Amino acid sequence: MLSIKNLHVKLEEEDKQILKGVDLTVESGKVHAIMGPNGSGKSTLSYVLSGRDGYEVTEGEAVLEGQDILDMDPEERAAAGLFLAFQYPVEIPGVGNMTFLRTAVNAQRKARGEEEMSAADFLKLIREKAKALKIDADMLKRPVNVGFSGGEKKRNEILQMAMLEPKMCILDETDSGLDVDAMKLVAEGVNALRDAGRGFLVITHYQRLLDHIKPDVVHIMADGRIVKTGGPELALEVEENGYGDILAEVA
Amino acid sequence: MALAQAKIDLTEARLSRLEMPAGSSWAAEARQGAAARLRASGLPTRRDEYWKFTDPATLTAAEPPQAAIFEARDEAPLYDGIDRLKLVFVDGVFDAAASDDLTLEGVEIDLLADALAKDIHWAKDLYGVLETRGQDPVARPLAALNTAYATNGIVLRATGKVSKPINLIYLHNDVASDAILHHLVKIEEGAEVTVLESGPAAARFNKCMEIEVADGGTFHHVRAQGRDHERRAVTHMFSRISSGSTFKSFTLTANGVLTRNENIIEIVGDDAVAHVAGAALGDGARGAFHHDDTVFITHDAERCESRQVFKKVLRNRAEGVFQGKILVRQGAQKTDGYQISQALLLDEDSSFQAKPELEIYADDVICSHGSTTGAIDEDGLFYLRSRGVPEDKATDLLVLAFLAEAIEEIEDERLREDILLRLQQWLERRRG
Ligand SMILES: Nc1ncnc2c1ncn2[C@@H]1O[C@H](COP(=O)(O)OP(=O)(O)OP(=O)(O)O)[C@@H](O)[C@H]1O
Ligand SMILES: [Mg+2]
Repeated sequence: MLSIKNLHVKLEEEDKQILKGVDLTVESGKVHAIMGPNGSGKSTLSYVLSGRDGYEVTEGEAVLEGQDILDMDPEERAAAGLFLAFQYPVEIPGVGNMTFLRTAVNAQRKARGEEEMSAADFLKLIREKAKALKIDADMLKRPVNVGFSGGEKKRNEILQMAMLEPKMCILDETDSGLDVDAMKLVAEGVNALRDAGRGFLVITHYQRLLDHIKPDVVHIMADGRIVKTGGPELALEVEENGYGDILAEVA
Repeated sequence: MALAQAKIDLTEARLSRLEMPAGSSWAAEARQGAAARLRASGLPTRRDEYWKFTDPATLTAAEPPQAAIFEARDEAPLYDGIDRLKLVFVDGVFDAAASDDLTLEGVEIDLLADALAKDIHWAKDLYGVLETRGQDPVARPLAALNTAYATNGIVLRATGKVSKPINLIYLHNDVASDAILHHLVKIEEGAEVTVLESGPAAARFNKCMEIEVADGGTFHHVRAQGRDHERRAVTHMFSRISSGSTFKSFTLTANGVLTRNENIIEIVGDDAVAHVAGAALGDGARGAFHHDDTVFITHDAERCESRQVFKKVLRNRAEGVFQGKILVRQGAQKTDGYQISQALLLDEDSSFQAKPELEIYADDVICSHGSTTGAIDEDGLFYLRSRGVPEDKATDLLVLAFLAEAIEEIEDERLREDILLRLQQWLERRRG
């Protein structure tokens, strides 16, 4: 599904190397988790994959279903099936949540040469998906993320994911700021999308999310590299002992 | 103060090309008075403080600059789905055949040329009167020129709640037209009327509207300027509004080499409300774009509210200007004045200049003003794109969001929707 090879990334504006050779392959149907200390480069990886400005790839590649995505525009990557649930979802005053989602859904369909979704079908679908995530009609009408609580923003990210049905979903700390019940809702939302044709990359600091979204593979990222890869037990180890032992072991 | 010779020459050169239309004796007097006001101040140049940000040279030149006819092609007329009384002017000439019948309940409509020819007409108390008042403290010579030489316009007196909007439709068929129109709007006590304006008017257009709103009267105005690229227009609205009255004016502008819209409002009765708003889209790549909103609101009564909301979206060397003043006279207690002017610059070549001013002589007032110049929100843009919305479309969404506060100033929902739809169409067309 997604294959990242030897990815090196520096900041465009300054001479600061952030990713120093990331190797990672997410297979179709699998859930991979990335854990790692603050500042190790997890969000940077997710931004670079989705095409945000400000970074420069100095080496390596990222291939989504056979397509090298690093030269594509963010909207092309989205149409190709990539989705990032932001660690910090952006507020967009003046753009209604519903308008935004409908524009996005239809733009992706158009880019893929598919027919646009009718207003009625869209409404039906979004109502159903929003209900499952306990997102009320008012939140759909309000401007994108404006005045949403931290947890509401995260649920809104999952709603977008559910509507867009991407092939490769990257979730950057979607659990942060969620209360216990919301975490369950979000996990259910993710699990509902799990299928053989879809891959997940879940960035998190806590085992708790992984109790609900069971990962197949767990990676530890430190200082811009994947330093260790293992099964779900790796997350439990981190939960118990922190990163000290692992980092000492690979140093 | 003696005028500089250059200014006198400029003024006389312009006047030599104009002919004062004949009319009744009071009309002749009003016109001559206006010509005298014009000669006293002379036509403006870039050196005048009030024209510091906008070069009036093409507006004052004796020879009008030409403007290609803009082809709207398949674009439906504005306000198409709205039942309205249509009055059509082609290059400043009234087109009776294309216009609706002037009779409508609750309102008397005449042509200015006819009104000025009559010995007795209510227009006598309004023609040039508010324009004269508006010459102080800042001279507005192009408005005086208008009063002196306007060839036509409409005079409208609302006596009740007028059942449908009056739409002044301006058409442009002559590449060298140089039109001067002057409208009068008188709203009697408790009466209500909506005036709509649309269409490219002429190669060069000088338009003046004087509006008198009596106690409890309501005036709504929605105007669309554009999308003709080569237009040069200077417009003045002079209003005097009384107790408990409402005045709301909104302008959507797209394109235009040069547009200067002046709005001068005098609030003379308590508890009155005056709102002026504008949304402008300028792209210098299709010829030059320069848009100037100049507003002067005087509060001379208690508990009145005024709002100025102006937004401009500029790209490719487009230039935006805002000069807005709130003057609160002594005794105008409990005044609530608000003014915001903002520009969204879509590139680094475009520019916005703002001169917000407050002058307050009463102690119990709330007045706020703000002006910002900003670029597109990159985080918002990336967020939209990451969801699959192409960059140009994402930009348009952010542009619409930016303009929303101004468009929301249109009170009538159908008109608001119509303007919004047109704006969306214009943005879409640009994307091709
Ligand atoms: N635009 C930027 N300007 C300056 N420094 C940056 C920028 N983007 C990332 N960095 C730096 O790169 C490093 C990696 O940041 P990143 O956000 O990817 O970490 P992270 O692993 O997601 O951390 P966290 O767990 O705290 O979310 C940090 O030291 C961060 O300060
Ligand atoms: Mg992060």
